[in-house]
Amino acid sequence: MKLPIYFDYSATTPVDERVAKKMIECLTFDGNFGNPASRSHFFGWQAEESVENARRDVADLIGADPREIVWTSGATESNNLAIKGAAHFYHKKGKHIITSSIEHKSVLDTCRQLEREGFEVTYLAPNTDGITSVESVMEATREDTIIVSIMHVNNEIGTINDVSAIGEFCRSKKIVFHVDAAQSAGKIDIDIKAMKIDVLSMSAHKMYGPKGIGALFVNRKPRIRLEALIHGGGHERGMRSGTLATHQIVGMGEAAKIAKAEMPAEQIKLKALSDRLWNGVAHIEQTFINGSKEQRVPGNLNVSFNFVEGESLLMSLKDLAVSSGSACTSASLEPSYVLRALGLSDELAHSSIRFGFGRYTTEEDIDYAVKQIDAAITKLRALSPLWDMFKDGVDLSKVKWAAH
Amino acid sequence: MAYSEKVIDHYENPRNVGKLDDTDQNVGTGMVGAPACGDVMRLQIQVGDDGIIQDAKFKTYGCGSAIASSSLVTEWMKGKSIDDAAKIKNSDISEELALPPVKIHCSVLAEDAIAAAIADYKTKQETK
Repeated sequence: MKLPIYFDYSATTPVDERVAKKMIECLTFDGNFGNPASRSHFFGWQAEESVENARRDVADLIGADPREIVWTSGATESNNLAIKGAAHFYHKKGKHIITSSIEHKSVLDTCRQLEREGFEVTYLAPNTDGITSVESVMEATREDTIIVSIMHVNNEIGTINDVSAIGEFCRSKKIVFHVDAAQSAGKIDIDIKAMKIDVLSMSAHKMYGPKGIGALFVNRKPRIRLEALIHGGGHERGMRSGTLATHQIVGMGEAAKIAKAEMPAEQIKLKALSDRLWNGVAHIEQTFINGSKEQRVPGNLNVSFNFVEGESLLMSLKDLAVSSGSACTSASLEPSYVLRALGLSDELAHSSIRFGFGRYTTEEDIDYAVKQIDAAITKLRALSPLWDMFKDGVDLSKVKWAAH
Repeated sequence: MAYSEKVIDHYENPRNVGKLDDTDQNVGTGMVGAPACGDVMRLQIQVGDDGIIQDAKFKTYGCGSAIASSSLVTEWMKGKSIDDAAKIKNSDISEELALPPVKIHCSVLAEDAIAAAIADYKTKQETK
């Protein structure tokens, strides 16, 4: 076992060896280095062929047509292009956008920017399980609603939204339905036709591909139009100019192909690992899973160990690469906005740890983690005045704290 | 974020963890911070008839720097008169522990805890 152990697969994944091998072939003079846009010679044709094969592999992963895939630099750009692109194209139809308050910052900040441009945005609150329901979307819909943007899987808590139900509703109202699938693509099934999704964002580095490349699915039937953010040579049918990065694209394509082939087996493995970790720590008093226990991806377990502050817990778990919803790990000193939106108390939000499992996680890793967590919680609770108060039967929500 | 060696030492081997009898007239308790902010410190002092702090205990919910700050002040306070203990400043703490700017509030909190514990002790003495 190699220390520290990587448990942050929701932040990024390592590039699969098979993917790296394909990418290396697209770089040097002896390799496939041409510009895919060069139409006049072999080098360009060869690069174009690789790019188109990759486009097909990414399209296959979500049940799309290759002509519906636009390469971007990653999910952040995909989310920007989807939401700003649709807003700017359809603004004459209306000015209202619906999203949820626990979207990724690349969706929330994009919406804030559109608000500055005169659009109106409704930020739906999820339920306590972290799910955004179709009913809440229906309720918020107005005559002038032009876009609904809801994530498939939440990056912090791993909960899965019922995008099929929301897609069904949006299609019936002719509202553009965008899905941020950065955390779901390659991990759980996506069928853009069955789910009636119009625009869908993906990232390569969450599915064992390289960083710096993503894709945006843009529906052809019904046809969705987007106004470009980046102008230039008119690549990607005018939606995203810029020379295509063959090696990155080939990497994403290979990653998508492997993900599709290995998804069923990987899901079973990850579920077993996740259960193993939870079974290992569930006996610790005042320990809670954040977000729905059922509607979640197998590779994510977000747990709060009450009365223990997240950053100090991370200090004790220095052999485990995990992330925390604690304020102290962020620049803002605010606890996770996602956990707060679920209605978690401040103590619980500060006490959360996100574990991400993936292709290279072993049972041995989990067992080691459980031991470390057990020891750390015992130590830190012995240090915690809140734990003392809890044990003495004090209701912490009734205490008057001197906030600083 | 990288922690200084002193922060790690106090975090790994916190000094004077515990609880003193709150009902004792000679014990002063200071509880500062809030769960919402991610840190709560409880600092307690036991003061002798001569006005010297005989014992100090703490428990802290918070990040490593908050734990280290409170652990450090219990060491510093022991053997000091309450007047001298009251002179411990957050800058002394942050300097000793080499706290980065984002963690200065931890040392401020420790200073507040000292003041609160002393104030509680004095209140108890007046009502004795």
